[in-house]
Amino acid sequence: MAGTLAEKVWEAHLVRRGEDGSPDLLYIDLHLVHEVTSPQAFEGLRLAGRQVRRPDLTIATEDHNTPTLDIDLPIADTTSRTQIETLRSNAREFGVRLHSLGDADQGIVHQVGPQLGLTMPGLTVVCGDSHTSTHGAFGALAFGIGTSEVEHVLATQTLPLAPFKTMAITVNGQLPPGATSKDIILAIIAKIGTGGGQGYVLEYRGEAIRTLSMEARMTVCNMSIEAGARAGMIAPDETTFEYLKGRPHAPEGADWDAAVAYWRTLRSDDDAEFDAEVVLEAADLEPFVTWGTNPGQGLPLSASVPVPAEIADENERVAAERALEYMGLEPGTPLRDVKVDTVFIGSCTNGRIEDLRSVAKVIKGRHKSADVRVLVVPASARVRLQAEAEGLDVIFKEFGAEWRNAGCSMCLGMNPDQLAPGERSASTSNRNFEGRQGKGGRTHLVSPLVAAATAVRGTLSSLADLDLPADVDLTTFDGSPLDGVGAAVPDTVVVELPLPLPVLR
Amino acid sequence: MEKFTTHTGVGVPLRRSNVDTDQIIPAVYLKRVTRTGFEDALFAAWRGDPSFVLNQDAYRAGSVLVAGPDFGTGSSREHAVWALKDYGFRVVLSSRFADIFRGNSGKQGLVTGIVSPEDIEILWKILETKPGTEVTVDLEAKTATADDVTVPFQIDDYTRWRLLEGLDDIGLTLQHADDISAFEAEREAWRPKTLPAKHLPSVEVVPARPAGSQA
Ligand code: SF4
Repeated sequence: MAGTLAEKVWEAHLVRRGEDGSPDLLYIDLHLVHEVTSPQAFEGLRLAGRQVRRPDLTIATEDHNTPTLDIDLPIADTTSRTQIETLRSNAREFGVRLHSLGDADQGIVHQVGPQLGLTMPGLTVVCGDSHTSTHGAFGALAFGIGTSEVEHVLATQTLPLAPFKTMAITVNGQLPPGATSKDIILAIIAKIGTGGGQGYVLEYRGEAIRTLSMEARMTVCNMSIEAGARAGMIAPDETTFEYLKGRPHAPEGADWDAAVAYWRTLRSDDDAEFDAEVVLEAADLEPFVTWGTNPGQGLPLSASVPVPAEIADENERVAAERALEYMGLEPGTPLRDVKVDTVFIGSCTNGRIEDLRSVAKVIKGRHKSADVRVLVVPASARVRLQAEAEGLDVIFKEFGAEWRNAGCSMCLGMNPDQLAPGERSASTSNRNFEGRQGKGGRTHLVSPLVAAATAVRGTLSSLADLDLPADVDLTTFDGSPLDGVGAAVPDTVVVELPLPLPVLR
Repeated sequence: MEKFTTHTGVGVPLRRSNVDTDQIIPAVYLKRVTRTGFEDALFAAWRGDPSFVLNQDAYRAGSVLVAGPDFGTGSSREHAVWALKDYGFRVVLSSRFADIFRGNSGKQGLVTGIVSPEDIEILWKILETKPGTEVTVDLEAKTATADDVTVPFQIDDYTRWRLLEGLDDIGLTLQHADDISAFEAEREAWRPKTLPAKHLPSVEVVPARPAGSQA
């Protein structure tokens, strides 16, 4: 029977098919753990006298609350410190591999999996974080779970799941210069709405998706959840294999060949049926920006703040009024005239090396607008090291930006990096909910290129508003081979982590 | 987990759509490492507003929340369910729930019933005109009754069965431990293992400092 990519991966993980309306039991290949959603799961195991079934399919990192300054000092905020210390002691007690603050492999969980080569096509990947959909960029079925499901996976390495529906999202043609993967996904969410993906696994396809680099694909899949979807997927291809090859945990030798042979079968059959289909033309896309308090409230940057009175649907009108009041925006104001206080470049959506390179290209040799604070937070310590090896940190510092340690940072403001009430940000992260980046903070979601241009001008801007030197080739942004290669990757070394450590009681 | 058959309690009309989990419980409260005691965090940003529904005496002891569409969107935090439960809510009714939130609720014994938008409107009217009206939720019959009005709600059969039986998820799965082991024996060699750990060579990470204090 013809199948979609998602169905194929699903079928390959069936431990038991559910009977009489009970869900299927699915095996989980890779479980990513972080400090926020795991403490109560480990507590549950302990209370029930259960073990972690497969520590060798589990990996933990510290990201959500980690400070991005002074990482060698004790964490000042006591609750943040408690969460991190709890993760450390749980990892020790249950024998789980953990990358702690200060470790070169520490970072946002959705960057750590791919960069270590643990995220691969055809896997089931879960994490107690909704942006787990990021890993779908490799052709894995990856989705966020709640804390009791975290406990369930720790204890059984499986999850009972009701089948998803599938939606094909085809993006035809080529992106115009200055538009990026972030604009693709913001446009998709604006089109189908924050509830449009409800119950679906989205599969992104079409020429515009195929030409994206691995990192750009991650950006697209990352925000699937903002359309309400459980997961987003992209069929693996040469780009995927090339990204993976030689990474520390990528298969080697005969295993690699067997894996690639299997991965090539991981695509939706031509006659596969999707439950829904959406088509977009990449050529129509422009740099996008959100004006409201959910990621679906977005418009091309060339537009103006919407006028609620002109919105026909009552629910939407009320939502728009409420959003504009919170955002402190006048209906009808051109988005380009909106002044920002802070530019945040980072997060699991856009804190990767290509994003940093793109930004560096735009701002090189310039200085930031005087009253804007610019924060650059790499997604992982490795990304930071790579950027420093390429000298990007110097470009950021000369621009007047703050160069920080890795973590989630201002994406959700659990650490000290927050917006003050009423402060406005242009942020490369993924959520513009009320209070997300700090109580009363106002967030505009943008691509790294728009963030960079905005940092230069102080108002929401795109590259078209800057006169970039003629030798900056816009076509090399976001997905060109030029962006995918950094300094030569040193050989992997196998490190026997001292795990599991004896538990001291 | 406690069995759920019927529940009667004060209904709370929450006339808002798209109530996301950041609004149910803001991120700052996620730092706690316990499983209980989140009642103070529920709707924290709105609780400061005296006109907010839970700040009105008639609704304060509410246990059946009647909310607008797209309840529980956003982050997957299960704390949202804990906060609702710790406050005293046993049931949330809405015309549409976010998937993850609905999944989390079923596992924690919080009933999420899907009610048509028209019926939600009727319930809102009753609860607003007579604050403090009790709503009876019958999971067996899949109905909610307020005053003399009874409306049907939907909930998937599996979740309903589990709630009625009060069954814990992990225990259910471990009944099939043999199937899991059999599956594991067949897994391909290329599938990744996190242990033993492989890395790029380790590099010392020098802490970033605020601009100015950097040497
Ligand atoms: S960067 Fe933001 S969205 Fe990504 S994992 Fe961290 S908090 Fe979640």
